[in-house]
Amino acid sequence: MIRSEILKEIAPIIRDHLVVCNIGLPSQELHMIDDQPTNFYMLGTMGLSSSIGFGLALAQDKPVISIDGDGSVLTNLGTLPTIANNATGNYTLLIIDNGSYGSTGDQPTYAGQKTSLTAVAKACGCDNVIEVQDKDLGPVLQSAIDSDEMTIIVCKCDSGNIKLPVITLDPVVIRHRFMEAVKA
Amino acid sequence: MNIDKKIADDLVANDVSFVTTVPCKQLAGVIEEIDVRDDIFHIPSNKEDEGMGLCAGAFMGGKRPAIIMQNTAIGVTINTLATLTQFYRMPLPMLISYRGELREPVACQVEMAVHTKALLAQLNIPTFHFHWQKDVEELDNILKYTFMSNKPVAILTDANFWGGYGDQ
Repeated sequence: MIRSEILKEIAPIIRDHLVVCNIGLPSQELHMIDDQPTNFYMLGTMGLSSSIGFGLALAQDKPVISIDGDGSVLTNLGTLPTIANNATGNYTLLIIDNGSYGSTGDQPTYAGQKTSLTAVAKACGCDNVIEVQDKDLGPVLQSAIDSDEMTIIVCKCDSGNIKLPVITLDPVVIRHRFMEAVKA
Repeated sequence: MNIDKKIADDLVANDVSFVTTVPCKQLAGVIEEIDVRDDIFHIPSNKEDEGMGLCAGAFMGGKRPAIIMQNTAIGVTINTLATLTQFYRMPLPMLISYRGELREPVACQVEMAVHTKALLAQLNIPTFHFHWQKDVEELDNILKYTFMSNKPVAILTDANFWGGYGDQ
């Protein structure tokens, strides 16, 4: 499965939850598949999906899911020790690991070669790290959301993109409706 | 006056309850003070752009955030300031150790100091410079201004403000 197929499959699971979605194609795909006010789309700032989602999870009690990519996590590897050492049960980090920088033309990442983000997350002190194949993600993600323990999911999948338009929503509108959904 | 306590008091008085820090020798006292305050959740960051991400999330979660860092961080956070904090119009007080100014003992720090105000000006970030201890009296107003305007705001605090740089 490629990332857009995974997002289609998990859309019903994450629909009612606060989601921070990674820059580029992941946000464009989620926006096209199931736009919700509970989705915060990153229009820039590669690497910070996990940090934004984690700050949000620390600041309030609702479950938060950060959708990240292997390339983006590699950009901000310092995020994993921070998350590990300040764990909060309402946070789930979903790393869609397709071994490539999808939004820039599928150049290979080191996560698709010798580097295991699962092992990195464990070494950083994350207690619940689950590596899962794309087709098995749904139930794993559901139980991570339902669980009182913070979970890092590394979902291994194929690289590949679909053609779709950029998000034209104004960033302040994205932020405002998201904050209203957080308060609701 | 104890500057560290005054800064922490002003943060608390302005409902700032989520503070991330990347350390600097000059900031050690204020970081320690923030760490012991019950009203402030302190989360150290490994890099300042990561910290700004945490602050963005905390703000959307209903908390007033702040970041404490060194001015060298301006060099690594320009993209984050432009495409996250400013693009989505989020407030962020940045209490910045202004290394490389008067009474600085480390020559390399001057190399970033000479760019600091120019970079902040280029980003249209409101910038305040604390050089004398009494300048801290402006902090309360600056915090109110930051959350009124929904912008990142820089507070540069140099070695003279902190009473010199150790024994050097």
